[in-house]
Amino acid sequence: MWSYILRRLLWAIPTALAVITLCYLMLHLTPGGPFDSERQVSAAVLANLQAKYHLDQPLWRQYLYYLNDLLHGDLGASFRYADWSVNSLVAQALPVSATVGGLSVILSLVIGVILGIAAALRQNSIIDYVVMFLGNIGNTIPSFVMGPVLILIFAIWLKHPDGNGWLPAGGWDGHAIYMILPVALLTLINVATIGRIMRAGLIETMSSNFIRTARAKGLPLRTIVFRHALKPALIPVASVLGPVAISAITAAVVTETVFSLPGLGKLIVNGASNRDYTLVLGLVVLITVIAVVFNLLVDLAYALLDPRIRY
Amino acid sequence: MFSKRKQLALAGTVADLPLESVKGRSPWRDAMNRFARNKAAVFSVVLLVLITVACIVGPWLVPHSFDDTDWGAISLPPTWAGTHWFGTDELGRDILVRTLIGGRISLLVGLLGTIASVALGIAWGAVAGFLGGKTDSVMMRIVDMMYAVPYLLIAILMMTLFGREFYLVIITIAVFSWLDTARVVRGQTLTLKSREFVEAAHAIGVPTHRIIFSHIVPNLLGIVAIYTTVTVPGVILTESVLSFLGLGVQEPMTSWGALIGDSVGKMDQQPWMLLFPSLFLCATLSCANYIGDGLRDAFDPKDR
Repeated sequence: MWSYILRRLLWAIPTALAVITLCYLMLHLTPGGPFDSERQVSAAVLANLQAKYHLDQPLWRQYLYYLNDLLHGDLGASFRYADWSVNSLVAQALPVSATVGGLSVILSLVIGVILGIAAALRQNSIIDYVVMFLGNIGNTIPSFVMGPVLILIFAIWLKHPDGNGWLPAGGWDGHAIYMILPVALLTLINVATIGRIMRAGLIETMSSNFIRTARAKGLPLRTIVFRHALKPALIPVASVLGPVAISAITAAVVTETVFSLPGLGKLIVNGASNRDYTLVLGLVVLITVIAVVFNLLVDLAYALLDPRIRY
Repeated sequence: MFSKRKQLALAGTVADLPLESVKGRSPWRDAMNRFARNKAAVFSVVLLVLITVACIVGPWLVPHSFDDTDWGAISLPPTWAGTHWFGTDELGRDILVRTLIGGRISLLVGLLGTIASVALGIAWGAVAGFLGGKTDSVMMRIVDMMYAVPYLLIAILMMTLFGREFYLVIITIAVFSWLDTARVVRGQTLTLKSREFVEAAHAIGVPTHRIIFSHIVPNLLGIVAIYTTVTVPGVILTESVLSFLGLGVQEPMTSWGALIGDSVGKMDQQPWMLLFPSLFLCATLSCANYIGDGLRDAFDPKDR
C-alpha cells in the first residue's frame, strides 16, 4: 500500500511539473511583456521593475524563480489587479467555490446513489425512467443552457407578491439563498452522471453469484442491497467522483459565470478576458495540483471499497 | 459420397431456389439494417441533416444579414408579422439569421475539430501500439497525464494567450480531444500488428512508417470512424463553452455558445435570445449523441 502511494506520488509530481512547464512556456512565447503599456515609463523605472520581477534574467532562470516561489506557496503578483497578489485573489475566491462545489458534490452523491439504487431495484418503473431521463438531460442540455433556464424560471417568472423573483438571479453575499440556484445547477448535472452509473453498477452486481447465494440463504432484500451489493456497486461511482468533485469545486467555470459568483471559475474567466497572465497561470497550476491530489485520493478510495484491488 | 440420384436431387433444390434468397449479407449491410431499425437514431439523422441544411442555406434566404443593425426593430419579440421571425437583439440584429450563422460556425468547428482530433489520435495511437515497448509506455503515459489535466482551464489559457482566431479555436479543442481516440486506436493496432499481412509487409522490407500508415491505419478507419461519432458532440460542446465564456470567435461573428452567452443577463427582457440558439444547440447535441449510440450499437456486436 505505502509503496503504491509512493509510486503514485512519484507519477503525480512529473504530471504537475509538465503542466506547469508547458503553461509557463506558452505564457512566455506570446509577444509583449507586462510593462508594455501605453503609459510611457522612464527607462530607469522600467529597468527597476524588470529587475524586481526578474524579467531581466534569462528564461530558464525566471522559470526556476517561479518554481521556487511555487514551492513556497507563492503564485506571484497579478498583472491587472494592482496591489493584489494571486494568492490573495485565490484566498477570496476559494471559499466561495469550495462551499458551492462541496455542497453540490455531497448532495449529488447522496441523491444520485439513492436514485440509482431505486432505479436498479425497480427497473422500468417510473423512478427508473426519471433517472434515465435525468441522465439524458445531462447529456444534451449543457450547463450553460440549464443555468439560464433555471434563472428564467426561479428568478424571473416565479415572483413573490412584492415583485421580486423567488430566488436571486446571481451574485453572492454569503447568504444561503444565493447558493440555492448554483448548487442546484451543479447537483442536477452531477446527479445525472452518478445516478446512471450507480444504476448500472448495482444491476450488474445484483446479477452476480454471491448475491444469488445471499438470496438463497433467504436474506431480506434490504440486507442484500446494503450489506452485500452496495460496496462493489459503488466502485464505478468512485471512479467518476474524482472528476466530478474536481470540476465542481475548483473549476465550476460555467456555473460561476452564469450566476456571477466570485469563485475560482469566475476569477479565471475574468483573468482570461483581462489577459491577466500570472493570474490565469497561477489558477491553472493550482487547480492542476488539486486535481492530481484528488485523483490520487480516488485511487486510494478504491482500495477501501474493493478488497480485490491490491497494490 | 452421394448416390447419383441424391446428387441430382441436391442440384435440383439449389437450382430451384430463387437467386435473391441466397444473396450474402455483408457485415456492413447487417449493421446498416440494425441502424435503420433504431428509430431514435434515424430520426436524429434526419433532424441533423435538416439543421445542417438550414444553417448552410438559410442565411441566404433570410432577408437580413447577420451583422445588420435594424434601428427600427430593437429588442423585437418573435413575430409572424414582419420578417424578424425569431425576434431581434438589443442592436436590432435578426436572431434567426444569427442563429443560423452561429450554427455554421458551431457545426464547422465540430467537423474540423473532430477531423483534427481524430487524425492526431490515430497517428498517436497507431505509432504507440505498433512500436510497442518503451515508446508505447512513454506515449501512453503522456495520454494518462493529459487526462489528469483540467483541460477546460488549459483551453482558456490558450485562448487568452494566442488570441481568438477561428483556427485557433479548432486547434485548442483538438489538442485535448484526441485522447480517447488514441486509446481505442492503440488497442486495435495491438490486435492488428500480429496479423499475417503485417508480417508479409515486414518480410518484403516495407519501412515501419509505411506499414503503420498504409497497412495498419486503413484497417483501423472503420472502427475508428464509428467511435469518433462520439467525439463530435464533445467538440461542439467545448466550442460552445469557450464562446459562451466570451473566448471563442469574435463579434460580430457568432456561434451558438456566443449567442447563449449574450442572452444571459438580458433574459428578463429578451428571453427569445436564449430560447432559439439553445434549441438548436440542444437538438444538435442530442442528435449527435443518438447517432453515435446507434452506430456503436449497430457495429459493435459485443454489446448486442
